[in-house]
Amino acid sequence: MTSPRTFQVQALSRVEGEGALYVKLEGDRVQHVELNIYEPPRFFESFLRGREIHEVPDITARICGICPVAYQMSACHALEKALGIQLTPEIHTLRRLLYCGEWIESHTLHMHLLHAPDFLGYESGISMAADHKEVVQRGLRLKKIGNRVVETLGGRAIHPINVTVGGFYRAPRRRELQALAADLDWGLQAAIQTLHLVASFDFPDFEQDYQSVSLHHPDQYPMNQGQVVSSSGLAIPAEEYEQHFQERQVKHSTALHSVLLPEEINYLVGPLARINNCFDQLSPTAKREAERCKIEWPLRNNFKSIVARALEVIHAYEEAVQIVKTYHGQPSACRVPFQPREGSGCHATEAPRGLLYHRYRIGDDGLIQEAKIVPPTSQNQGQIEEDLRNFVPQVTQLDDDQATRKCEHMIRNYDPCISCSTHFLELTIER
Amino acid sequence: MAPKPKLAVFKFASCDGCQLALLDCEDELLAIAEVVEIAYFLEARTQVLEGPYDVGLVEGSITTPHDAERIRAIRDQCKFLVTIGACATAGGIQALRNWADVGDFVSQVYAHPDYISTLATSTSIAEHVAVDFELRGCPINKAQLVELVSSLVRGRRPKVPTYSVCVECKRRLTVCVAVARGIACLGPVTQAGCGALCPAYHRECFGCYGPKEQPLNLVSLTTHLSRQGADGRHLVNLTRNFNGYAPQFRAASDRLEEDLSS
Repeated sequence: MTSPRTFQVQALSRVEGEGALYVKLEGDRVQHVELNIYEPPRFFESFLRGREIHEVPDITARICGICPVAYQMSACHALEKALGIQLTPEIHTLRRLLYCGEWIESHTLHMHLLHAPDFLGYESGISMAADHKEVVQRGLRLKKIGNRVVETLGGRAIHPINVTVGGFYRAPRRRELQALAADLDWGLQAAIQTLHLVASFDFPDFEQDYQSVSLHHPDQYPMNQGQVVSSSGLAIPAEEYEQHFQERQVKHSTALHSVLLPEEINYLVGPLARINNCFDQLSPTAKREAERCKIEWPLRNNFKSIVARALEVIHAYEEAVQIVKTYHGQPSACRVPFQPREGSGCHATEAPRGLLYHRYRIGDDGLIQEAKIVPPTSQNQGQIEEDLRNFVPQVTQLDDDQATRKCEHMIRNYDPCISCSTHFLELTIER
Repeated sequence: MAPKPKLAVFKFASCDGCQLALLDCEDELLAIAEVVEIAYFLEARTQVLEGPYDVGLVEGSITTPHDAERIRAIRDQCKFLVTIGACATAGGIQALRNWADVGDFVSQVYAHPDYISTLATSTSIAEHVAVDFELRGCPINKAQLVELVSSLVRGRRPKVPTYSVCVECKRRLTVCVAVARGIACLGPVTQAGCGALCPAYHRECFGCYGPKEQPLNLVSLTTHLSRQGADGRHLVNLTRNFNGYAPQFRAASDRLEEDLSS
């Protein structure tokens, strides 16, 4: 009888936040898999209680330094519903531009510096630059332009200060947005080059039966608006989210996992799920280039999420170009005023890593009484572990070091952002 | 050729934003990697070089018993230890637990509170080990980070302003939001570094860079703001956020809260 074999990664690298991986094998059979989140809990939902309405987007931004805009967007929209605020079309458009900037900076960082090294055989983007300087430099410039978009609208790239409930503190001037146009034009072409590079990577054969969950909107690629849909036909407003999705503890792990009810199944959120559900809403260039790649959508292999990210970067650049070139600037219309009042509201938007749900209750004193936040990585966690259970048998013939590296690569398909652990659990493993 | 100085980046309870600032140095990153050995930086690379390290950048605050141990080991490994950002320097937004019962927080969020291993407080790195330099901000300013790294490579002290946001605001020729719009603003007591962003966007400074190192008078400022009509609860919240547990801000919000209940 063989003794159990284990792979462990004590500290996952090239992910945001702190996590570990534990896999136990009995012969070739996977006995146990855990994605261990040891990022300390920070209790955002608790300390939001008693804060003022306008503080919420400033505070929730601090959940994640990589996708602060997403936390600001979900928070603002949920609170605007609670307060009965109707946004102007101009505010909706500027918020899309802001989100384009964040998708660009987040996706291009992950693709060029964190994920591409797995496919090309490097330990980091920094090492990869020695042999692929042009690719890394292109990635850095693409990322910088995304950051510039966020800076222009938000004041700064990390934790923007210009986003508020009801709109923006100050509308951008026309010339500020027009100054971005040349870079955005370059970025669209550069993003196409990156797409064709990543589409040519060698992908492991790993088809899974994913339940893709994302927003869907008939007229636009989903960011701030739309219904929550799944590949098996669910289509609900955000108000019904908690009736269909539940966070719970599972026996084999102490981390909170979200499951899709009533079957209590794992599901996939993020770029691959979004394109699976919303291919038709991609921009013309993204669709055209997707066809040139000869990759058929929908996809069931999350190793190809890097292709999905590349397509979304093309989309974001193309939409950003269109917005900055048609913006006329009406500074008076950038913020809808409101009176604090009692109420409840919830909303979901599409963070770079997937669906991000917020719900708030405001008391009659105008202060936050209750907050609930469900980040994308908490929703993907069950699926990551399921992927690991299915993937490990493919790598058991490799030595421990290589097998572990393959598992880490698989986890990076999700671009997990563990610092958004508003409420992940501390995990103790018996070894 | 002398070996390159070894740089390490460590993370505690935080949002990752301050270490991301290093990756956001798109124009400088590859040049930095040429003059500095990035020996330990999990967010960016898998390769880990053993300590000791010449410079350790520490992001995040101490919130678990394990992390309180870990920072001591890291201190022993680093010749020059720098905290980056409000979490490492003042405890961060998660230090709001310091005014609450963390047991209540745990049971509000978790179905099984017994699994949670957490300290009652979120504290700065300097409350646990000696810190050689603090880089302020929520998040830090990447230009200051580049200045920090390049000054340490050259063996000089980083040049970082210790005056207030007001100075930056005047240089930027922004009309004062407190005077012209009657907005309660922390600019006079907050350390510069952001470039006086918020007033340029017609809103208050809310203290991302913490209390300035030069002398400041929060009693005077908050008394003035109250007389101007600022709501007491608002002033408590304004001084009690990302740097709320920094001693001067903490004293101010505690005093304001006492006034509220009396």
